[in-house]
Amino acid sequence: MADMKALYQEVIMDHNKKPRNYGKLSPSTHHAEGHNPLCGDHISVTLNLAGDKVEAIGFEGEACAVCKSSASMMTVAVKGKTRDEAETLTQDFLAMATGKMDMSTPNNMGRLAVFAGVRDLPTRVKCAILPWHTLHAAFNSVQEVSTEADADPMHTS
Amino acid sequence: MNAPTFKPVPSLDVERIRADFPILKLQVNNKPLVYLDNAASSQMPQQVIDRIVHYQTAQHANIHRAVHYLSETATHEYEVARRTLQKFINAKEDREIIFTSGTTEAINLVMHGYGRKFIKAGDEIILTTLEHHSNIVPWQMLCEETGAKIRVVPINDAGELMLEEYEALFNERTKFVGVVHISNALGTINPVKQMIAFAHARGVPVLVDGAQAAPHLKVDVQDLDCDFYAFSGHKLCGPTGIGILYGKAKTLESMQPYKGGGDMILSVTFEKTLYNTIPFKFEAGTPPIMAAIALGAAIDYLQGIGMDKIAAHEQSLLDYATAQIIEMPDVRIIGTAKHKASVISFAIDGVHPHDIGSLLNQEGVAVRTGHHCAQPVMNRFRVPATSRASFAFYNTMAEVDALIAGIRTVQEVFK
Repeated sequence: MADMKALYQEVIMDHNKKPRNYGKLSPSTHHAEGHNPLCGDHISVTLNLAGDKVEAIGFEGEACAVCKSSASMMTVAVKGKTRDEAETLTQDFLAMATGKMDMSTPNNMGRLAVFAGVRDLPTRVKCAILPWHTLHAAFNSVQEVSTEADADPMHTS
Repeated sequence: MNAPTFKPVPSLDVERIRADFPILKLQVNNKPLVYLDNAASSQMPQQVIDRIVHYQTAQHANIHRAVHYLSETATHEYEVARRTLQKFINAKEDREIIFTSGTTEAINLVMHGYGRKFIKAGDEIILTTLEHHSNIVPWQMLCEETGAKIRVVPINDAGELMLEEYEALFNERTKFVGVVHISNALGTINPVKQMIAFAHARGVPVLVDGAQAAPHLKVDVQDLDCDFYAFSGHKLCGPTGIGILYGKAKTLESMQPYKGGGDMILSVTFEKTLYNTIPFKFEAGTPPIMAAIALGAAIDYLQGIGMDKIAAHEQSLLDYATAQIIEMPDVRIIGTAKHKASVISFAIDGVHPHDIGSLLNQEGVAVRTGHHCAQPVMNRFRVPATSRASFAFYNTMAEVDALIAGIRTVQEVFK
């Protein structure tokens, strides 16, 4: 198993303490709320699409360090990208976090690769992917999303 | 706060006990496993594992059915287990012991068998803030169906039930009380005997959720005078999939069956079915025979050690851990009742419980994090979740030290 402590030391020192793009955009063109009922995590994602481009994005909420850091790094990663690029990155992130990505070959994860270690901890996978599910929901005008049911990584094929 | 009250219990040879539990020899993340999630599920000693192997290799067949050797053997062993459980909680008769799949099913059985028959629109059911979801949701389902109402006993800042509020909730519409013996989230030991006496004086029956109590203290259902007592096998060093509903014979007889099927009938025609007597009326279908027999063996094992010695050792672990945690900066114990079982729910300022759990796991320390299926308790203390260390008789003072060191590590990472 990847060393969780190293993951923590890397991301916590940075994004958990100083989350980027923290806050709610108002007005926003797209928004969604994400819940993880297992641990009570709750985050909101708001964004503004200018044409097809994520011009601005914000997140807010009460969550564990893994979730918060993932959200913070997500906003950095998708800002300025097109919606399609952001959705592709989301799919890749989900694949990585659930252990379906071969991390030994080149990939587009960049700094997000730090979250690959959560794949061995199913309960923490949900923490890491909650922001990405919420982003996906925002793009698709689904206003509430949960890590249980359809969005449960353990239930997807 | 006084110095840690480290009171070794010389009569409990923990090292010898630990040798009975193969799983405790595991290494997790290259550290010795420190298993402090006993309130969720306890581990199984070799004696119980051996009993399972013996049953499956030499005694298994379906019970209460055939006349052949194996069926008679399995039936005998299953009924021996029932009597072991009867004596364990001092029930008057063995037919008052119903095998269920666990505490949850036991409570659902009471809801369906008793609640749906006797509780009507406008009636009131008293529950407490400390209840596990399994003693809340079935009653909510009943209320939705019947139009009955739930009234809730509040708790104080220490996590103790407010008894004067409990008593004030009673009125002529009160038809049932459900109360947890020991809170799984906080460890509070509730004064259930006193609460039962108060309810009985008003003709109201009481169900006690004993999931956390049965493993940690001597339960005497006749002394408590409860109408129902529910608990699970897997918190008692037994397997999952088995639990007990105790009910007073008269009450059980008055109830309707919960599940229909084989073994719960005397005769079946398409015109009319005659139900079997208790306990079989409530044990439809082939029960978890192996699990019931293994639970019997687990009870034998625990009684071999002695519930009094188990309680004393766990109390010293609790005192030792509490005294240290209370001194730690930025760590808060949630649930500080005067009478507590060996459960410590805690919060570390600025650190989410899931992060605590993952980092403790890195040190080999297993604790539970989350809302502990007790969201009303979490809401009362305005926390989404806590971390919970829960001790069993096989835990050691050195393991408490490992927990404390683990908490320090978490705080360093988050510094």
